[in-house]
Amino acid sequence: MIEFKDVGLVYPNGTEGLKNINVTINDGEFVVIVGLSGAGKSTFIRSINRLVTPTTGSLQVDEEDIIGYHSGELRKLRTKVGMIFQNYNLVKRSNVLKNVIAGRLGHTGTFRSVLNLYKKEDVGLAYESLKRVNIEEKVHNRADELSGGQQQRVSIARVLTQQPKYILADEPVASLDPPTSHQVMTYLKKINKEDNITTIVNLHFIDMAMEYADRIIGMRAGEVVFDGPVSEVSEQTFEEIYGRSIRQDDLRGGAEES
Amino acid sequence: MTNEKNPVTQGKTPSIYPAKTKKQVTIIFFAVLAVYLFSMYWTQREMVGGIDGALGNMFNVISKFFPPNFAVLPAIWDPMVETIQMAIISTTGAAIVTVPLAVLAAENITTYRPLYFASRTFLNILRTIPDLVLAVIFVGLFGIGLFPGILALFIFSIGILAKLISETIEAVDMNPLEAMRASGGNVFQVIWYALVPQVLPQFTSLTLYVFEINIRASVVLGLVGAGGIGLILDQQLGFYNYPNAMAIVILIFAVVLIIEYISNKLREALI
Ligand SMILES: Nc1ncnc2c1ncn2[C@@H]1O[C@H](COP(=O)(O)OP(=O)(O)OP(=O)(O)O)[C@@H](O)[C@H]1O
Ligand SMILES: [Mg+2]
Repeated sequence: MIEFKDVGLVYPNGTEGLKNINVTINDGEFVVIVGLSGAGKSTFIRSINRLVTPTTGSLQVDEEDIIGYHSGELRKLRTKVGMIFQNYNLVKRSNVLKNVIAGRLGHTGTFRSVLNLYKKEDVGLAYESLKRVNIEEKVHNRADELSGGQQQRVSIARVLTQQPKYILADEPVASLDPPTSHQVMTYLKKINKEDNITTIVNLHFIDMAMEYADRIIGMRAGEVVFDGPVSEVSEQTFEEIYGRSIRQDDLRGGAEES
Repeated sequence: MTNEKNPVTQGKTPSIYPAKTKKQVTIIFFAVLAVYLFSMYWTQREMVGGIDGALGNMFNVISKFFPPNFAVLPAIWDPMVETIQMAIISTTGAAIVTVPLAVLAAENITTYRPLYFASRTFLNILRTIPDLVLAVIFVGLFGIGLFPGILALFIFSIGILAKLISETIEAVDMNPLEAMRASGGNVFQVIWYALVPQVLPQFTSLTLYVFEINIRASVVLGLVGAGGIGLILDQQLGFYNYPNAMAIVILIFAVVLIIEYISNKLREALI
């Protein structure tokens, strides 16, 4: 369970990234965060694995306040919370398996990992994860030889290898075309259901949010302005979150192609 | 650009540079031109006076060097190998020490500012000392031989390598590093998994490049007593044994060419 209690975050330059956030995310939920650019979606998500640090309030992951965490505790938190990025963030010159096995870093001692002394189970786990996103045939390819969609699948495999309890995804489909976007979202949803991994995804696209989310959180100017199950969400809800009428580029489209 | 479209300037299209700048640039241009012309004229006059003497001298000197005495080759082979060893040892040592230094002097990795500035400053100071000065100092401290030469090249190489590699590190893609951090990697794991693969080709290439520089530099350092072939060359010149000296020069030339060829091929294969 993730609990934001009166969380605020002010960046060093004075920008208010989060204002008075009160949100509870239950285990197994698939939550989509929507909002205009600059609304604070990334700041929200990155607070949970402490890539950024809230300046006020308390943020609890599994009943423990993570705001004061330091190196050792942070590592433990981050092994529990996997992350997927818009730009896949793979090491382009390394091969797929090496990228995926990096998901085990938090579970592996420095000495072992620097000498590439991975446990057999870990390598097996990495390969299994690649199979789950149907990219196992690329196991020895260099990451930069793959298409965007394939790279994002590798990054999902990396997170799976980590065996996290939570997955955070910051605009995972923003750099992909519509059919590939749906493919990636379908994998995330499948993993959420099969492994019961709580998943929080930032999305720009209204139609995708509606299609995949159990629950939608709307943000504007650092504040949560909507929070409810998909069944309660209508076009008008989005217009309220965005503070303007819905446009064509708020939709990804292409759902039937995938 | 027309006046209607630009209501700010009435009646006249503005030029891209203000009139004052234009005048300054014109004055500077003519001043620089004048300095060039004057110095061209001056060196010409000096050269013409000296060049006849130099040419005659040169012919005299060159004829003394020929024919080279290749009979000394077996005897100078050992010092030649020593010179190469000197370059290998110093470059290898420098490459190892460079790694932590380059990381500390890279702004994107060493986010603790005082440490970053300290490492930067240290490297800048290292680089201001010429290799020859280092060699003279170490020969003075440790006596004539290979060790002071190795030490001088080692320190000299760190200065160049660490600087070039820290700049390479500053240009890497930070995204994979963030991903490794987000999956619970500690500093060493993040560096090893996300940074090293990105800089390894450049690192190897720059190290080879510094190795080439060191081969040539180690010859010169030998002249001030830092061992190797340079020391022998200096002795032979001291004895006015020019045919022997010429054989040495030709050997050095061949060795440098071969090593540069090999290292170029290696570098091409890497990038
Ligand atoms: N490192 C930072 N330093 C200062 N201000 C920042 C920083 N990161 C984000 N901000 C600011 O905080 C606010 C929220 O940014 P955030 O990245 O969370 O928005 P977002 O909803 O993810 O936007 P986008 O859809 O463009 O990714 C913005 O005003 C942004 O300019
Ligand atoms: Mg964002």
